[in-house]
Amino acid sequence: MTQLDTSDAATETLKGGPRRRRVRMTGRGVPLPLLVPALVGLAFLLLPLLALLVRAPWRSLPSQLTSTEVWQALQLSLLSATLATAVCLVLGVPLAWLLARTEFPGRRFVRALVTLPLVLPPVVGGVALLLALGRNGVVGQWLDSWFGITLPFTTTGVVVAEAFVAMPFLVISVEGTLRAADPRYEEAAQTLGASRFTAFRRVTLPLIAPGIAAGSVLAWARALGEFGATITFAGNFPGRTQTMPLAVYLALQNDPEAAIALSLVLLAVSIAVLAGLRDRWMTTS
Amino acid sequence: MTPPDKGLDAHLVVERGTFRLDVELTAAPGDVVALLGPNGAGKTTALRALAGLVGLTDGHLRLDGAELDRTPPESRPVGVVFQDYLLFPHLTALDNVGFGPRCQGATKAESRAIAAEWLERMGLAEHSGAKPRKLSGGQAQRVAVARALATRPRLLLLDEPLAALDARTRLDVRAQLRRHLAEFEAVAVLVTHDPLDAMVLADRLVVIEQGRIVQEGTPADIARHPRTDYIAQLVGLNLYKGNADGHTVTLDTGPTITTTEDLTGEVFVAFPPSAVTLFRDRPTGASARNLWHCEVAGLETHGDQIRVDLTGELPLAADLTTPAAAELDLHQGASVWAAVKATQTHSYPT
Repeated sequence: MTQLDTSDAATETLKGGPRRRRVRMTGRGVPLPLLVPALVGLAFLLLPLLALLVRAPWRSLPSQLTSTEVWQALQLSLLSATLATAVCLVLGVPLAWLLARTEFPGRRFVRALVTLPLVLPPVVGGVALLLALGRNGVVGQWLDSWFGITLPFTTTGVVVAEAFVAMPFLVISVEGTLRAADPRYEEAAQTLGASRFTAFRRVTLPLIAPGIAAGSVLAWARALGEFGATITFAGNFPGRTQTMPLAVYLALQNDPEAAIALSLVLLAVSIAVLAGLRDRWMTTS
Repeated sequence: MTPPDKGLDAHLVVERGTFRLDVELTAAPGDVVALLGPNGAGKTTALRALAGLVGLTDGHLRLDGAELDRTPPESRPVGVVFQDYLLFPHLTALDNVGFGPRCQGATKAESRAIAAEWLERMGLAEHSGAKPRKLSGGQAQRVAVARALATRPRLLLLDEPLAALDARTRLDVRAQLRRHLAEFEAVAVLVTHDPLDAMVLADRLVVIEQGRIVQEGTPADIARHPRTDYIAQLVGLNLYKGNADGHTVTLDTGPTITTTEDLTGEVFVAFPPSAVTLFRDRPTGASARNLWHCEVAGLETHGDQIRVDLTGELPLAADLTTPAAAELDLHQGASVWAAVKATQTHSYPT
């Protein structure tokens, strides 16, 4: 949220009248040693995006974007990211509740473990998933021999990899919202005859809906951009496991213009997500 | 004593670290009991234990003859009005009140009908569609009371029910709450640190200090015979009920009190014992317009104050400094004149 606010303030600075801004800045006394690196930092963040727009093959863009590969990759990306977010919601919201509302031995340790995929290199996550859910994996061999389920190198595998990487975002976001929400509302519901689950469903869930929405969008965006774990665990098969980021990477090697076109699509999606999120946060805060 | 099969019979023991709450509470249906005490005395813990939100370390809890010690909060016939009401912000007033009946198995339509009836009774019918944030403090309080009563509890718990209100609304809401409590046929227990709320709302006060009951009795009893310094300071209020006509309040027992407030109808009049001046002989030309002939029934020392218990025309408590009491040569049976300035009295509608 802070990140958003800063970028927001930054765009304000860019848009606002230069004179007024400068007066206010010197008035508040922004020291040069802070101002210069700040502006360089801002430029550093924006320049690559500008480059993408400048070098975009605008003329051939329509034909690029209507090619089957692009559509396949885009569809697969949207579908798998959405399914991964759904998995994150179903598993992550109860996990967040458990972490925020109950006391059990080793709770802090479990919390640290949950956040591990946040800092873990995604490729390592992919390898770990292979070892757990691969055909010869710790659990995967049973899935294969008992149910005939094979996860690696399938679309389901893409969803699993994305959910693995994205879930911590949702759990952290929802847990934070739960901690900020007054637990006494659940108590009030209990004194009115609601079981703990009913209290959660009918009182807590609506109260933390904004946090869940924000967490879902974060998780969805993370899943959409997921590369390392996906390519390691699910491979790179067009139409089956080749999501947008994978397609971009592949295209960059033999068809750079296509890569730029695909990147533009992802950029547009990201900006849309950001705009949607900002509205959500503006109305709830 | 054999446990009564009606009303509340509780021995609440809750241990938390070094704090120990050990309180016995009994009440008959229709009783309103106020738990009074300083911060950290354990009042709220006692209330939470009654609601089942805190487990008992020891003791027992029976309500209408049924053991509730091990019953989870959602299965207890207990309603709670929380200090800041805790109305569910995402639900309308109607759905807040209907929440309890719905949890008890009523259909959506039934629970809404029950809720509408309660809101009507609370005079809030036109606010039934409002979300809690659109309600004023007094309205929110009434919705909270309606929500607690809508489950038809056999024990109603109120945690500082008036603390969140400003002085003006407080008077109105207190009067309304008093009526609702009077109509309530089961046991009501309220927690407060405000002696006036306790005296107006409750039939019986239970004063808790450091987790133990230090005194219990009727408000008048406790005001006249406080057993600890804390109670003497806190409950030190002379409280009367009477009929006001302008600035004059005629008490049900006969005497009149002149007040600054201009009211008509049923009122309460209160003044602190420290506002009472005592004379051995009838004062002449005294500015006080409230003058009663009394007899000293008892003397008690509290810190550097002496609480004088007076009977006669108007039973009241007076606080004097030790030298003043010595100068008056007060002793049991002594005849005195008690005076109170109108400006030191406080009257308000019941």
